[in-house]
Amino acid sequence: MAPSIGGAMAEFCSDGLAFSPTAKARVAELLGRYPRKQGALIPVLWLAQEEFGWLSPAVLDLVAAELGLSKSAVLATAMFYTMLYKQPHGRYHVQICTNVSCYLLGADDLVRVAVDALGIQPGETSEDGLFTLEAVQCLCACERAPTLQVNKKDYFRVTPAQFQQLLTQLQEEGLRLGPSVGWPGADNCQGALAEAGHA
Amino acid sequence: MPEKRLLLRSHLGVDFTRLDNYLNHGGFAMWKRALELGPDGITAEVKASGLRGRGGAGFPTGTKWGFLPKDGRPRYLVVNADEGEPGTFKDRYFLEEDPFRQLEGILISAYAIGAHICYIYIRGEYWNSKAVTEDAVAQMYRAGWLGRNIQGSGFDLDVYVHSGAGAYICGEETALIESIEGKPGMPRLKPPFPANYGVFGYPTIVNNTETLAAVPVILEMGGAAWCDLGSPKNGGTKLVGVSGHVKNPGLFEVPMGTPMREIIYDLGGGILDDKEILAIIPGGSSCPFLTKDEIDVPMDFDGLKAVGSMLGTACITVIAEGTDLIGVMGRVAKFYQHESCGQCTPCRQGTGWLHAIVQKLDAGAAGEEAIDLLVDACNGIDGNTICAHGEAAAWPIRSICKKFRPQLEAAIRQRAAAAA
Repeated sequence: MAPSIGGAMAEFCSDGLAFSPTAKARVAELLGRYPRKQGALIPVLWLAQEEFGWLSPAVLDLVAAELGLSKSAVLATAMFYTMLYKQPHGRYHVQICTNVSCYLLGADDLVRVAVDALGIQPGETSEDGLFTLEAVQCLCACERAPTLQVNKKDYFRVTPAQFQQLLTQLQEEGLRLGPSVGWPGADNCQGALAEAGHA
Repeated sequence: MPEKRLLLRSHLGVDFTRLDNYLNHGGFAMWKRALELGPDGITAEVKASGLRGRGGAGFPTGTKWGFLPKDGRPRYLVVNADEGEPGTFKDRYFLEEDPFRQLEGILISAYAIGAHICYIYIRGEYWNSKAVTEDAVAQMYRAGWLGRNIQGSGFDLDVYVHSGAGAYICGEETALIESIEGKPGMPRLKPPFPANYGVFGYPTIVNNTETLAAVPVILEMGGAAWCDLGSPKNGGTKLVGVSGHVKNPGLFEVPMGTPMREIIYDLGGGILDDKEILAIIPGGSSCPFLTKDEIDVPMDFDGLKAVGSMLGTACITVIAEGTDLIGVMGRVAKFYQHESCGQCTPCRQGTGWLHAIVQKLDAGAAGEEAIDLLVDACNGIDGNTICAHGEAAAWPIRSICKKFRPQLEAAIRQRAAAAA
């Protein structure tokens, strides 16, 4: 899957984007762990994703500047790893394992529940910025299949009814909390991202 | 019951994520023993134990350590906790429930090989594993079990948890090294091997989580006694998993060489709805599939090799009769296409073709000739790539085509009939 990068948002974002003081301190600490600066790249990309929601071209440029690495090195690494987001993601990243053990025990039923409830297909993000749905590879909890993750939380031995209930809860909570950090046009976005996107 | 628990102790109901609990149950007792033995003595015990790498390759751990050049360069210990092999859930146990067991193994092993920095590479999706292991590392620093002059021994060790970011290929040790260096996880050509040219170009030992967790137990029992627990040339006990169509899926520990049938029926509780077995994946989806007639095989590296498969991670996936094998093959093919790093043409293109052909079969748009085409594509990948990812895709799919041809043909006819 080739994420699209660039366009008006990238130019807009290139002004005024900065790490918070906490994040800056963390970058310094991470740099101390590796004999070469690039060793800290993936940890710092994780940090940037926490900070800004996703890795826009401007965020990648910021990381390159922070670590003194070339933009191309930073982009090559960011593009390789699926958990590093090159597009805005929903507040709730719903990832359903559809590999063999979960497939044998009803994972596809869970995908159907999510598609019906959220109105999006695997690989898509809802327009309100609340949900990103993905059918993912093995989460390695096969003895507790079928399994799924929402953001950092695991759910094991999930039935379609339980999953439906979980999604309803998240939909209600999402309406209160709004879209994810870094969601274009949302008022909870950091810095320059606030006005971008829906223009 | 065929279980023998030395590593697995979830049944005790103790919270082993707390250092005090770990210490109260004999934790870190082997550090003193390690200092008595010295680096060479520890390596000798590990060699005597017959311990073979628990990540799946089964290379003798002590021999691997012995490959480090004696040239004065700094050495690194890297832990492969990038558990991602489909069907596998064994390292997660240590990372989330007994993190100090691995960390005691790390401390002893780092001392043995003369490393002062260790990176634990945990797969990105393992959020809980990362949190628990990072907390355990922090507890050790606070209590003087990591850092400078550990427990007055004069030995220094820093341990850092390094998170992956969603790439299965980083379980391959040279891809993992590239990933720690901040690069795309593309496997390196070997030689040079990591022992000589590893992370940041320094001599590096990459060991699996379960491998390192076994080291304190080996010192406690003595290498020879531990070796005797298992079958010849396959020392010790092994964590084994059972998942899929079984009544009692879970993680168990058995002596190496325990018959697979006992693991599936006695520990795994037998097949759901008392059905027959259709197919078995012995240790993650990179392993060639087995039929129900092959399950008396001893679960060890050599036993599985003798029947044309692999022990792999020893986490068994059981597939019951009545399951659509084209569907299963589709999941396997999609996985290896998705996870191919793309640097070798036979793997990048070949895994794409495998997936495309299986999709056609699944859609009822291909006939029996597609089975031969799949075998042909597998033959074109096998042996023609830098790392084993290509074989990991080709071997299981070829095994399905060859061993389960009648079932595949029936599934093809079924789809044709449904379409008509």
